[in-house]
Amino acid sequence: MPATLPTEKDQLKATRPVDELDLLYRMLLIRRFEERASQAYQQQKIGGFCHLYIGQEAVAVGAVAAARDDDYIITAYRDHGHAIARGTSLNACMAELYGKTTGCSRGLGGSMHYFDRANHMYGGHAIVGGHLPLATGLAFASKYRGEDCCTLCFFGDGAINQGAFHEALNLAALWKLPVVFVCENNLFGMGTHVERAASVKELTNRAKGYDMPSMIFNGMDVRQVQEGLRTVLDAIRRRPHPYFVEARTYRYRGHSMSDPATYRTKEELEKNKEEDPIARLKSELLSEGKIDEAKFQELDREAKRLSTEAVRFAEESPEPALESLHDNTFVSGANS
Amino acid sequence: MREISYRQALNEAMQEEMQRDPNVFLVGEEVAEYNGAYKVSQGLLEKFGPSRVLDTPISEAGFAGLAIGAAMAGLRPIVEFMTFSFSLVAFDQVVNNAPNMLTMSGGQFHIPIVFRGPNGPAHQLGATHSHATEPLFANAPGLKIAAPATPRDAKGLLKTAIRDDNPVLVLESELLYNTSGMVEEPESELLIPLGKGEVKRSGTDLTLICYAQTVHMAMSAAEYMATQGISVEVLDLRSIKPLDLDLIFRSVSRTHRCVIAEQDRPFCGIGAEIAYRIQKELFDSLDAPVLRVAQEEVPMPYNEKLESAVLPSEEKILQAVTQACYL
Repeated sequence: MPATLPTEKDQLKATRPVDELDLLYRMLLIRRFEERASQAYQQQKIGGFCHLYIGQEAVAVGAVAAARDDDYIITAYRDHGHAIARGTSLNACMAELYGKTTGCSRGLGGSMHYFDRANHMYGGHAIVGGHLPLATGLAFASKYRGEDCCTLCFFGDGAINQGAFHEALNLAALWKLPVVFVCENNLFGMGTHVERAASVKELTNRAKGYDMPSMIFNGMDVRQVQEGLRTVLDAIRRRPHPYFVEARTYRYRGHSMSDPATYRTKEELEKNKEEDPIARLKSELLSEGKIDEAKFQELDREAKRLSTEAVRFAEESPEPALESLHDNTFVSGANS
Repeated sequence: MREISYRQALNEAMQEEMQRDPNVFLVGEEVAEYNGAYKVSQGLLEKFGPSRVLDTPISEAGFAGLAIGAAMAGLRPIVEFMTFSFSLVAFDQVVNNAPNMLTMSGGQFHIPIVFRGPNGPAHQLGATHSHATEPLFANAPGLKIAAPATPRDAKGLLKTAIRDDNPVLVLESELLYNTSGMVEEPESELLIPLGKGEVKRSGTDLTLICYAQTVHMAMSAAEYMATQGISVEVLDLRSIKPLDLDLIFRSVSRTHRCVIAEQDRPFCGIGAEIAYRIQKELFDSLDAPVLRVAQEEVPMPYNEKLESAVLPSEEKILQAVTQACYL
């Protein structure tokens, strides 16, 4: 095991990926976790909606790897990957899907609402586009306090046609807020292709409309995402301003567990899988002599083991007590 | 004590709290350089500077959401809606993001924020600008709602709201901004708790429940009824949520009759909830059905005569009181 590989015990303390092996390992963690989550969902052990991130792992992992521990991470409902990239333990993530008190949101948020304050994960937010104004607020707070931390706000291509998106971009540009809007363009807002939803051919034109600098990344290449975001974040820390990033990516599964994804062909899916972010980094590291097949298998086995362990942990964890139903509507006591 | 306007009272509340806590800031349309569309924020820009008193574009969802995000990160924003009719554009932020965050995050993120501004019909503003939004927001768990009727309550409730660690709506009233009343000197800390109503006038024959704009109508209706030998007890709710049910039950269990004068629309309005609670708790002690005076169930017409036919009034309250007393 590499020295940086987090053990189950200290996973909550480990935040962002620290080296290339860790990038690979984080992506494996996300994929194996979601494969187990998918099984549990099919066994009806998980309720509600469950949107899988499989295929898009390089975006969250690469971006979070470029960030600092005190940067704010906020995302939409397809949020498992961002939490895991940020260091939320698989146990806490799985327990949340099971609605258990040991979940990262104590079983009250579910798949779409992962929160992990300790790791600066400011939530999965489930109204499309609705969290972009929140992201400008996190960035506003940094600027207000004179801190140099940045906000990374993730959302899908479906969000760019929402009013909240436009209002957030305008405010961020107007007030020069330190926020990176990371558009994970996986080509589909649920079942509607981006070309049938956005009036622009180039999504970065949305940013140009607000005089906001932008960049396009290959979202299947974790190194490119990490390096690109590092450059962007460095620039923002020197001089606060917003930035728009389009990460071109692809989700392998349907929009949610109940979506058979009949709006695209098998051929299209298979073609995109050839760009797989895990396979890509693996083959790069192999050819650079940084790992061997045995090491990869070791990492993968560990990711699978932790995912299986997470299921056991979630199943054995307690449900929230009925008496606690009203405990989280208001925070008690005034701050006076 | 000195006499100041409702507008001045709100201004003092913000000033004192901004002085007290550097995390408090004010954001909204025209709040800074214009000194507020209704001049409630007069002088605040000069006093606290542009980093704490911020003019926004006309972008309610944007700046309401920005403020909620800032609250997640530990600041304590005051958001001014030029009118709560415009809060509807930010409805998702106010009802989805602000009050749900604490639950959704399993208690990790609380949202200390105040949304304030004039609410309810003013004068001939037509259908889009006359919304009494209180029942819309009262239906969202996790929001507290204050609706002050006097300068003293306006100041005390707003100060308390700013210090509260939860999202609080302070529903002001355009028609009340110019009214004046006695308020403690600025040196004495005036904090009025949320969820506590006030007996504005004691009486024995009927309880008249009111808030915000209807308080003044209720008071003069009670005065008139006294000349007719009917003793009306007037309760000003001051807060809609939490609702001071103890006060309501104590009063109605003595008077056995109740009229609710509310400024909102009748269907699923605030009075509907209160009437339900009263009949559930005090069924056997009621001598008459609980009656409500609310708006008429129509989009607000512009025409002055029609508008006043829609609105609650002293006459309508008198009629209801008379009916509830079987006179």
